[in-house]
Amino acid sequence: MSAPNKSYDPVEVATLKVEYLQGVVADAIAAFIAARTGEDLKDARIAHAGDRSPLSLANREIGALPPAAKAEAGKRVAAARQEINQALADAQERVDVADEARVVQEERVDVTLPMRRRPVGARHPLTTLRDRIADLFIGMGYEVAEGPELENEWFNFDALNIGVDHPARSTADTFYIAPEGSGLVLRTHTSPVQARTMLTQQPPIYVICPGRTYRTDELDATHTPVFGQVEGLVIDRGVTMAHLKGTLDHFATSMFGEGIVTRLRPSFFPFTEPSAEVDLKCFRCKGADSTCRTCGGQGWIEWGGCGMVNPKVLVACGIDTSEFSGFAFGMGLERTLMFRHGVTDMRDIVEGDVRFTSAFGMEV
Amino acid sequence: MKFPLSWLREFVALPSNVTADQVADSLLRQGLEVESVSHLGEDLVGPVVVARVLTVEVLTEFKKPIRWVSVDAGEGEPRWMICGAENFAPGDLVVVVKPGAILPGGFAITARETYGHTSNGMICSSKELGLGEDHSGIVVLPEGSANLGDDAIALLGLQDSVIDLAVTPDRGYALSMRGIAREVATAFSLEFKDPVSKYSLSKIGASIKADISDTTGADRLVLSSVSGWNPAAHSPLWMQTRLTLCGMRPISLAVDVTNYVMLELGQPLHAFDAQKVHGTLRVRRAASGEKLETLDHVKRPLISDDLVIADDKGPLALAGTMGGLESEISDSTSSILLEAAHFIPATVGRMSRRHKLSSEASRRLERGVDHDLPPAASARAIALLCEFGGGVHDSSIDVDNRTIQSPIIFDPHYASRLVGYSYSVESVESHLRSVGCEIAKGEKWEITPPSWRPDLTIGEDLVEEVARLEGYEKIPSVMLTQSSSRGLTAVQRARRNVGRTLAGHDFVEVLNYPFHSSEVLDSFGVGKDDSRRNLIALINPISEEEPFLRSTLLPGLCATLKRNLGRGAKQVALFEMGSLFFAEGFTQAPTIGVDKAPTSAELTALMGSIPRQPQSVAGVLAGARESEGWQGKSLPSSWSDAVAAACAVVESLGASVEVRSAEMAPWHPGRGAAIYADGDLVGYAGEIHPRVLKNLDLPTRTSAFEIDLDRLGVARPVHAPIFSIQPPAIQDIALIVAETVATAEVVQALVAGGGAELERVELFDRYAGEPIPDGSVSLAFTLTFRAHDRTLTGDEVAMMRSAAVSEAISRCGATLRG
Repeated sequence: MSAPNKSYDPVEVATLKVEYLQGVVADAIAAFIAARTGEDLKDARIAHAGDRSPLSLANREIGALPPAAKAEAGKRVAAARQEINQALADAQERVDVADEARVVQEERVDVTLPMRRRPVGARHPLTTLRDRIADLFIGMGYEVAEGPELENEWFNFDALNIGVDHPARSTADTFYIAPEGSGLVLRTHTSPVQARTMLTQQPPIYVICPGRTYRTDELDATHTPVFGQVEGLVIDRGVTMAHLKGTLDHFATSMFGEGIVTRLRPSFFPFTEPSAEVDLKCFRCKGADSTCRTCGGQGWIEWGGCGMVNPKVLVACGIDTSEFSGFAFGMGLERTLMFRHGVTDMRDIVEGDVRFTSAFGMEV
Repeated sequence: MKFPLSWLREFVALPSNVTADQVADSLLRQGLEVESVSHLGEDLVGPVVVARVLTVEVLTEFKKPIRWVSVDAGEGEPRWMICGAENFAPGDLVVVVKPGAILPGGFAITARETYGHTSNGMICSSKELGLGEDHSGIVVLPEGSANLGDDAIALLGLQDSVIDLAVTPDRGYALSMRGIAREVATAFSLEFKDPVSKYSLSKIGASIKADISDTTGADRLVLSSVSGWNPAAHSPLWMQTRLTLCGMRPISLAVDVTNYVMLELGQPLHAFDAQKVHGTLRVRRAASGEKLETLDHVKRPLISDDLVIADDKGPLALAGTMGGLESEISDSTSSILLEAAHFIPATVGRMSRRHKLSSEASRRLERGVDHDLPPAASARAIALLCEFGGGVHDSSIDVDNRTIQSPIIFDPHYASRLVGYSYSVESVESHLRSVGCEIAKGEKWEITPPSWRPDLTIGEDLVEEVARLEGYEKIPSVMLTQSSSRGLTAVQRARRNVGRTLAGHDFVEVLNYPFHSSEVLDSFGVGKDDSRRNLIALINPISEEEPFLRSTLLPGLCATLKRNLGRGAKQVALFEMGSLFFAEGFTQAPTIGVDKAPTSAELTALMGSIPRQPQSVAGVLAGARESEGWQGKSLPSSWSDAVAAACAVVESLGASVEVRSAEMAPWHPGRGAAIYADGDLVGYAGEIHPRVLKNLDLPTRTSAFEIDLDRLGVARPVHAPIFSIQPPAIQDIALIVAETVATAEVVQALVAGGGAELERVELFDRYAGEPIPDGSVSLAFTLTFRAHDRTLTGDEVAMMRSAAVSEAISRCGATLRG
């Protein structure tokens, strides 16, 4: 640094000369342009725009100039700084882009690598099917009623007009709880829940009863001693079989899609009168293939049973038959699952192989 | 019941173009379930004729016996053929197919050179004719049953359609041609003439002795005697053919006639050898200690609920179920006692189930047989016995204790109201009449159901008759909804929440059978006094090895885990939600009727008769929690995954969870935890005891949890949190504590000491080893402090940190490290 001029001394300061400043600017621009990376540019910035850069050093000389020359020189330096800063900003933007491009290129990975290290969890399709049916009926104004799986015979049989000599009560069909005469069984259907509901609620009653049920069948491709049922019960004024049919049609469409055709076929159950089987027109062959494996060439598949609640049941369950009538229906959950998803062997539903269940995920 | 269409046509004038499939369809629509329709001899082409064997020459030069046979097929000269069977002799009547015929299965018959002769046809077995599976020998027809050259296709019913009906328990009448024909006539709007009207029993007197001693078992007994019986007489071929087509085996004329009349009219009959019956034939209960050898050669001990037909010496038959061997018709029988009775359905049902004897008779009687039928059916059978067996009807006795059902009072508009379809009064009347009801009309109708429909007892039964005969397809489809549902209950929502939470934690749900053995509890190390030993036993389990209902979900889960591992799965995490069963919390309910609703005391007794069945959720996991991959080594599943899952279950319901070290079977005593929800013990989690894993042959480190969902309860209400937006102050500390000190206790101490501004305590390192003294461990925590209303000053934070540490020092004997 030069010493300040104490007195007027029109010495020309070389570093403030126009030519010199032009050179400083040109050098700086050239250095910025030459910079390829952020690091390069940082070095160039320190050299050409830093505190000890030629321009900064030149700037310091302004103070020593005579007052008349200060303004002129100041302008020249400021213009040069402006030029350098602009060039630096341009260069910065250029190298930032380039740096980013380089970095993302360098950080490239193989996104096709297998990344899942844990198997995915899933709910059992019978559970999700049961939930889905419950949701459907809740949407129709029903509630979900439940009861114990180990049940008193009175709820499971007597109240449902299944007399003491009915074949369903034999040990060939029903699991009995020891000791002999305990009066307890594993429920053979979810109908005892209906009896409990009627005995503990006032009509109108709109309930759906999903649950686990038991019959003494051996496990094979189409049978299981432990299975799921979903039953519906409506008790209200003026309830008819036409309402039953409407409800089942809606249920069937919701389960199997638009265009499903249902049929009520006269049948017999002790707890309903009149009674019917609910058949579905075979959705594979539409009744057109006598060799169809889904319907066995029958054109129809049995889906469940239904009917108008037998007045004997209503009486045993404390419902005033002069005021109320009702309908009930029941379907097997496994059967419904098999139809909907093409399950061909009951054992797949029962055995708990994670490959089966995982395929269904969280919703059916 | 199986029946051929040709027989049905004898009772109903079906137009000839009506097919068996159309008949089956109409029956199905009327509520008679059709099991199958088979078309016999569809591809059979004649000529198939009756012929008499003239000569048989045995050709001995071949490996198997070969016969060179000539027959007279009514052609004027003998027809020659080769035959391999040996069960016939010259003079026998056989069935011969001639060249040009095609047997079932597309087997074309030609004249061919074989065994050095030209064989001009074939002598047939049952199987070759499509009559059944019997390929043991040639069909030999009874002498005199046909003329030579007769068309055997018609004679043997080789081309017919057979419909098989599965009859529901209420429709016993449909187990007869009489009942089926009535339904078919109604379906096709044809006139129906009841065949029973043709038969009436004569010679009713008291010259034979019969009695009903137990009127709760039978209310009618018709007994008839036929003498002059020719025991060598055969059933006519047409009868044998029909029996065969109906799925019954022809046996002898007497048996065939009883079976034939049962199929025709629906009345089970039994023929006794009259010489073997001593004194009065009586329907009575068995005395205990009595025995009976039935026709199936089984010696059956009888109990006092068994209803028998007995003579003065003892039981001769199980009533309505099966005859006895001793009084069976034999080759030397010369007179017959024919029994036709109406037994009470429940009695027969109980007996047939007890003796595991479901006969054609018991199937009908159990469903209810027309109690007016015994005399007419007897008359029909006697006529057949006399016609083909040369007998003479001597006399009959009719012991009649029938009770006549009172009429049903019926509002003819009720069908429309209950079904929701408008039936005209005329159609209601016509449908009820077509099933055989008598109607006395007034403001309300008095309906007397026919004797063959004991199932019709209430108005709703009549509605079903109207609806099914009008056609269920006419019932409109009307939607019915209700607007007051409150949705799922809190308990139901909690279960869904728990299930989704576990699936979200990569557990796969399974649904195991709830059966297990008591031995499995031994291998689980469950102690003798443990409540899980409070098992409920089944009287008739599927497997004698697993006679108990589960008291824990873990045995089932472990078995399914093992199955999955056995099938090659490497990372398995399973969970199950379901009922457990404990022999506790119940008292036996009194007997309660169904003619009215139970009183509230009775209802309470009923509800209290059910053993405790808590809902439980449990999980097991084994193998790698995270598999080995390019990211790094595999992460084995451990006790901590089980504890984390149990905590997730508790937290999914908004409860605060606490984990404490605990010893409980089947968990590892050093790696098991008790899980608390809001301070209540709800379950256990951790690694399974190595000994248990060895017993079960499961991989080491297999872990599990089980939570009592009933104790866990439902989702807690969520209050929206109030959170500070001031900057947090972060402080890291390391404490040295004895390794026996539970980390949770240290955390609790820090929380207690840190005060209200201590927002969070996180363990970020746990270290044992140099320079930490043996038996101690270093726990490094990050403490986050934050106030609601201000930025905490450095001094404040330092004081709070020190207070937290002091609490840990005083409660847990910790020392501050570094």
